[in-house]
Amino acid sequence: MNTLILKETARLLFVLILLFSLSALLRGHNQVGGGFVGGLIASIACSLYVFVADAADVRRLLRADPLRIAAAGLSLAILSGVVGMYSQGSSFLTGVWVEVLGIKVGTPLLFDCGVYLVVVGAVLTFVLEAKEPVVPASGDSRSAGRE
Amino acid sequence: MAEPATRSAPVPLYSWAAVGLPLGLFAWLCSFVPEVSAGESRHWEVQWLPQHDIALSFFVDGLSLLFALLITGIGTLIFLYAAEYMRGAPHIGRFTVFLTAFMLSMLGIVLSEDLITLFIAWELTGVTSFLLIGYRHEDATSRRSAWQALMVTGAGGLAMLAGFVLLGEAAGTYSLREILADRGALAADHRYHWILALVLAGAFTKSAQFPFHFWLPNAMAAPTPVSAYLHSATMVKAGVFLLARMAPVLGGTEAWTATLVTVGAITTVHSAVVALTRRDLKQVLAYTTVMALGACVLFLGVPTQTIEGDVSAAAAAAMCLVLVHALYKAALFMAAGAIEHSTGTRDLRLLGGIGKRMRWISAGIVLACLSMAGLPPTIGFVGKEALYSSASAAPSGTVALVAIFLASALIGTVALVLAGPLLWGRLTEAAARAKPAPWQLWCGPAILGAAGIVAGLAAGPTFGALVLPAAASVGELPEHFVPSLWHGLGPALLLSMATWGLAALVFWKRRAVARVVSSSLSIIPLTGDSAYDKVMHGIAASALGLTAVLQSGVHRRYVATVFASLALVLATTLVVRDAIHVPELVPEASFFEWMLGGLIAASALTVIFTRSRLLAIGSIGVVGTAASLIFLLFGAPDVAMAQLMVETLVVVIVAIVLLRLPSFHYEIRQNRFRRFRDAVVATAVGAATSLVVLAVITDPPQRSLTEYFERTAVPGGHGRNIVNVILVEFRALDTLGEITVLFLAGSAVCALIQRRSRYRRLGSLVAAGKASATATDPELSQR
Repeated sequence: MNTLILKETARLLFVLILLFSLSALLRGHNQVGGGFVGGLIASIACSLYVFVADAADVRRLLRADPLRIAAAGLSLAILSGVVGMYSQGSSFLTGVWVEVLGIKVGTPLLFDCGVYLVVVGAVLTFVLEAKEPVVPASGDSRSAGRE
Repeated sequence: MAEPATRSAPVPLYSWAAVGLPLGLFAWLCSFVPEVSAGESRHWEVQWLPQHDIALSFFVDGLSLLFALLITGIGTLIFLYAAEYMRGAPHIGRFTVFLTAFMLSMLGIVLSEDLITLFIAWELTGVTSFLLIGYRHEDATSRRSAWQALMVTGAGGLAMLAGFVLLGEAAGTYSLREILADRGALAADHRYHWILALVLAGAFTKSAQFPFHFWLPNAMAAPTPVSAYLHSATMVKAGVFLLARMAPVLGGTEAWTATLVTVGAITTVHSAVVALTRRDLKQVLAYTTVMALGACVLFLGVPTQTIEGDVSAAAAAAMCLVLVHALYKAALFMAAGAIEHSTGTRDLRLLGGIGKRMRWISAGIVLACLSMAGLPPTIGFVGKEALYSSASAAPSGTVALVAIFLASALIGTVALVLAGPLLWGRLTEAAARAKPAPWQLWCGPAILGAAGIVAGLAAGPTFGALVLPAAASVGELPEHFVPSLWHGLGPALLLSMATWGLAALVFWKRRAVARVVSSSLSIIPLTGDSAYDKVMHGIAASALGLTAVLQSGVHRRYVATVFASLALVLATTLVVRDAIHVPELVPEASFFEWMLGGLIAASALTVIFTRSRLLAIGSIGVVGTAASLIFLLFGAPDVAMAQLMVETLVVVIVAIVLLRLPSFHYEIRQNRFRRFRDAVVATAVGAATSLVVLAVITDPPQRSLTEYFERTAVPGGHGRNIVNVILVEFRALDTLGEITVLFLAGSAVCALIQRRSRYRRLGSLVAAGKASATATDPELSQR
């Protein structure tokens, strides 16, 4: 699995797929894509990286615990729903749209970003937990002399 | 079990302050006496769940006032007593809170006007009594007793809730006043017997009626103030209260009379007999409590018509008994606690001649015993006369008469034992150590004992103010019912004299009687207590058995169960709805579709027959990918894309997991039966799902939703991708729910494998010391 070609290709693909996932997220409202699909693509990018590198390496790259990423996403989604409640006085999760520099931006986009983050976080939690070495067995054999 | 008593510890201020609450409530409730005895009632209401016709509503009538006054009046003395009694004990704050909470829930029961409010207060008394009985939670006996009380009364309470719901449905309202106003309507309802059985289950368990009586003597593991309050004066009376409250609507039928008289008679005689054999002071008092409760139930069941056709005074007699019993039993319990506090024991064989050491306590005991034995001039005498006269006047009252006669005689014996050898017998070693109790401990028994005498001397006013208004809420009263100390030399007085004679006789021969009773009781193979143990053990054992079957821990079995259930549900639906639609043998399809179908079939076969794990995973991925291509062919790019991504991820995750497992073709070839079973399940799921899909497409698709979304996606959702607009706009709340589930699944995975993070830290420590280990772990190599 750890061939040089795969390693270097993965590094390159990782960036490309991640960019593709972002474009899927952002264009999702009008064309094929969206937060869910984008999140899945991003997790595939990370999973590819997990294959060639190590789980710990990916954790370092993420800079945050994947579950925290998911938690942040969930909070973002909930917050995006609260905006409509307070700014327009309507019910929870009502979309609010404003035009910034000729581009329509709305709270559903924030909501979609939340979905994206939750998907990435949750899937990476599964993948990393599965990938990480089961330390007890190896740790015990290694540490036999130290403990 | 001596109480932890540190005499030097101060009584916390809140213990004193807590006395003010029942005292204030008592004074407030007293102000209703003139109004209520004139036949009025008060009513308060706060809307709670108006859409379900449930309100927080309370009312005061004669019955609730009698009970509320007992709860707060005796409560005041108990709080005062507990402040001194619990001095120096651990967690006094907790204890005080529990006791206060209990008192308020008890008031909730008696003052509730709404059935649901009543039920909630009822359960709250169960919970607070659980906490109070289990106050000494380090002690296994306390814990068991607390559980037992909670289980027995809680189970009864749930039955009662079911009864209340039926009652509410039958009456069309949960308001007690409306239900009570419609007397006699329920007895004709076809659900009457269910309602009666369920409500009686609640009342009998709470009031410790045979065969549920066993929890009450066990509950004596509680500190004495709790026993005195909950298990004599208040909580156990809740069942009696409920029966009295329901008597106008549920009572008067043959079923009511037969059940209450039978259960009450058995309870009262049985517990009076058992009381003779007990040597623990609190156990003796507990069994006499059960006896009194049985008598109350018995007389609530006695027919409301006399032989001459007049209204019987049984209800008044029962209410009088409630008052009498609360007064003397709380006094005796408090005295028993004071004696134990002072001598360190409550074994009647070790105690004797206490009266020479603890004078005030002894005075309280003597007064209470006079009332308990029903001697003039106490209220107990008046009450017993009323019991005798109403039982002899009622038709088929013979059972009640015999039962109450026997029980009263035996209780008289107990009173003689308590007032005789315990107080004035030969001074024993334990009793000689006794010191006079502080005033907080003796004032309760003394006041309540004196109250019994005063109430007896002023029988007319007592009845007029408290007992008769309460009885009026239970049933009609005889027109010329005049209670007094002296009725003249009638049959009731003759019966009383016979009672005292029998009591004296049994007292004289008490050792022989106790021996005979003990040996004859030990013949009974199954007691309520051991039956409770058997039931609890049975529940635990069946839960273990069920868990062993359901939670085998073998993932294959879980999957097989889930899919078999799915197939069963789908197949049942297809058969029931008659929706099986047999397709044409050679359907029309394009070349691409044939290709994809063939690919799926080939990959599925590969999965089944391959011996290589990697090939199996890859083939599953091909199946999924081909399915997503089908979506694409039919114009659903979003679904196809998501499906493709999910398939990719599944392959990745499964590959990561499975590559770590040992070779699997051993397992897969191992068992022919298992392979056959899996084949059956898989085929069934496949066939059922296909048939459902075929059934669905026979109907033309509904266009209305599609048209709605097509129309509103751009103006309402500012997006042209309808799928996405639905996800983040129209059905955003659903999406929020889904991502919450996703997040929870991630947390669950973390929690399940959490041990690893601990090991990881350990592993990194180890790795730091071993350079050889770092080659496989780039992160660690940098530290």
